[in-house]
Amino acid sequence: MSVIVLLLLVSLAISGGFLIAFIWGVKDGQFEDNYAPAQRMLFEDGEENNIEKQKEIK
Amino acid sequence: MNPNKTNTLILCDHCGDTCSRAQTTFGDKVFCCEGCKSVFQILNNYHLCTYYTLNDHPGKTQKNTFRKDKFSFLDDEEIARKLIHFSDGQQTNITLYLPQMHCSSCLWLLENIHRVNPNIISSRVNFRKKEVFMTFDVTQASLRDVVETLTRIGYEPHLSLEDVTTSQLRKSDKKGWYKIGLAGFCFANIMMLSLPDYFSGSQAIEPIIRKAFTILILALSLPVITYCANEFFVNAWHGIKSKYLNIDVPIALALLITFGRSIYEISTGTGTGYLDSMSGIVFFMLIGRVVQDRTYQTITFDRDFKSFFPIAVNVLKNNLVQSVPVNELKKNDILQIHHQELIPADAMLSKGNAEIDYSFVTGESMPVTIHKGEIIYAGGKQIGGVIELLVVKEVSQSYLTNLWNKENYKTEKPPSYTFTELLSKYFTYIVLGIATVAGVYWFQQGQTHLMWNALTTILIVACPCALLLASNFTNGNMLRLLSRNKLYLKNADVIESLAKTDTIVFDKTGTLTQTATMNVRYEGQILSDQLKKQISALLVHSNHPLSRAVLTYLDIQVVPLSENHKIIENKGVEGWLNECHFKVGSPAFTGVNIDDINGSQVCVTREGQMIGIFKVSNAYRLGLSNLFRSLKSKFKLAIISGDNASEYDLLKIKTGLEVELLFDQSPHDKLAYINYLKENRKAKVLMIGDGLNDAGALKASDVGFAVCDDDNNFTPAADGIIHASKISILDQIMRYIQSGKRIIIFSFGISIVYNIIGLYFAVQGTLSPVIAAILMPSSTISIILITYGLSQLMARKYKLN
Repeated sequence: MSVIVLLLLVSLAISGGFLIAFIWGVKDGQFEDNYAPAQRMLFEDGEENNIEKQKEIK
Repeated sequence: MNPNKTNTLILCDHCGDTCSRAQTTFGDKVFCCEGCKSVFQILNNYHLCTYYTLNDHPGKTQKNTFRKDKFSFLDDEEIARKLIHFSDGQQTNITLYLPQMHCSSCLWLLENIHRVNPNIISSRVNFRKKEVFMTFDVTQASLRDVVETLTRIGYEPHLSLEDVTTSQLRKSDKKGWYKIGLAGFCFANIMMLSLPDYFSGSQAIEPIIRKAFTILILALSLPVITYCANEFFVNAWHGIKSKYLNIDVPIALALLITFGRSIYEISTGTGTGYLDSMSGIVFFMLIGRVVQDRTYQTITFDRDFKSFFPIAVNVLKNNLVQSVPVNELKKNDILQIHHQELIPADAMLSKGNAEIDYSFVTGESMPVTIHKGEIIYAGGKQIGGVIELLVVKEVSQSYLTNLWNKENYKTEKPPSYTFTELLSKYFTYIVLGIATVAGVYWFQQGQTHLMWNALTTILIVACPCALLLASNFTNGNMLRLLSRNKLYLKNADVIESLAKTDTIVFDKTGTLTQTATMNVRYEGQILSDQLKKQISALLVHSNHPLSRAVLTYLDIQVVPLSENHKIIENKGVEGWLNECHFKVGSPAFTGVNIDDINGSQVCVTREGQMIGIFKVSNAYRLGLSNLFRSLKSKFKLAIISGDNASEYDLLKIKTGLEVELLFDQSPHDKLAYINYLKENRKAKVLMIGDGLNDAGALKASDVGFAVCDDDNNFTPAADGIIHASKISILDQIMRYIQSGKRIIIFSFGISIVYNIIGLYFAVQGTLSPVIAAILMPSSTISIILITYGLSQLMARKYKLN
């Protein structure tokens, strides 16, 4: 039966971890702007680099 | 607007506007104006053309180019210091509001702005707030450089007096989210810990483990009752103090009783208590509050004149131009105002041609000509050349500012019981009644243990949280649906006040009329095609809004070139066509005498002989007659206007006989009329207006709506902001809002069914925690589903998006 106590503590710790992650996210402002991050990851970084690469190839 | 329509419309590669014949090109790109072209050139220079590949025509038109010294006031350290957050002598942080931001191209460009100006170290966009947070190198660049860089690529920051007079940081409400997170965590874990007890009966669990579980449950419930639920206790306390029984009072009572009884059960070892139900209900109620109190990050409802005014203005001192902060303006200062600049204080025109656009104040976008020596009121915007003005009154004394500050306008609406609070009051009395009856019954039977059981569990199971949830979720969802229809309400109380409305008062100019399109009527000699072409040939050179309106009216495809022409700014155009001398312009310019002084006129003369007059006025919005016809059956209607009665007949035909029409009303008359309606006719008034001259009336009415033409418009303080295009569906919106009450009653009715089941056990004193734990979430979830579904269904019924 004592294994239940152990499992219980483990589950509490895990859910506590999620709680901390959530609070951290709120504090960081993750939920304030739901448009910009989604777009940001689609941008190619450094167009200049591409141009330079193309020049090198030529 | 384009006189030269060809088969295919040429669109500007920057902003997507149609290009006129005098378009400018750069390589294979076409632009509508020099402004758009120069933005493209900058971006091209710095290899930032990805901007154009992410979206089609991402720019905003740059027809209004900015003056070189426009931002010179930012060199003033005093002003700059108020705008920046932080500076350590090396780096400076600043957050700027850019109303032009609208797509992913904007986002990309603004975050790559360091390529245009390498002194900007980093920039981060908050798209929802339309803000950009920047860090720049102070040793290399000034605030002015940064602002000018932004302006050159088409993103002029909105800098207003408000930014420097009120504190910078708008605190966003994160507390609500912390509370939800914590309550959810505690609720889920308490539920999990309670399950073994519910399903195995007390024998199967070892006593030690059982004890450990209950202690853990108790520990987890402490943050719920002390931190997460504290707003209910605080509100309840405020309510009791002001002898006002709000809905939080019975809820706080129920929470306290639940917690107290649970502690008692746990400490005496008689049970595990109702802590799972308690934390669950707190969790759901917190979600309900957040759903209802959602805010619109880019919309401000409590604007005062400060957010309309610029930070600084050019003042002439000893023939030198200086930037002076607006609130330091003194009487008799000489202001220099350029094209498109706002006049911040009541002033007298001393030099130059003034054409003042008072659309901020009255909603009328047609510029007014001001002669030397006449007063220009604060809030007007100069169109045309440079003018000089003598300040007559300081900013804080001006006509417009007085309007805001007048005691009359500050009358706060007295608190009254809202519909849900009334319901909750009766509900609480009934529940207390049932509890007393059950308690007395068991007392007479001599079963004191059962009496206490019944008393407490009745209060636990029948708290009005279901009602609170029903109203929160209904209002929250309605606010969301209304905002999708471009009606943004300040808070949920406005929905309730709107549902009670029986009288609607409209402002005319800018509310019932359109600001963008104009109505042109022609009087005079019949216009031959030849004549039309000749008039167009002259007008095509002028950028004045009246010229544009007449050009659109004439609708000439191919405009011949005039041989010789001269533009007199703000007056008209004259020129030679087919060896005849033509003059097109204002009555004074053309020398035509007109007795009718209403609206704006464009007169045409040939060789000094009058040909005709174009009368230009703002056009009424489409669908107006239909709107009034359908509103009439439910509401008393009135139209109140600052203009003279020249359009009385036209308006009467459009709106019908029952509508009260009032003309020549000053801002004070408008306010007085609203107060008259409220006091003498006991009316619940909805006022819809747009300009600052309606500000008083908007505030005095039960609900005030400000009308805006685009989402970035600055509107006076109001309870709601409605997009101009949605005025025509106001009847549907009102009907929808009135259906909200029915939704709340219906879903509350459903929750009462659950309550009755719970009470059935509770009056017998046999309500076990298991039953409470099943009833609570099922009633909550059915309320959420019903309110959501019904408010969605009603929106479809009234044909809202």
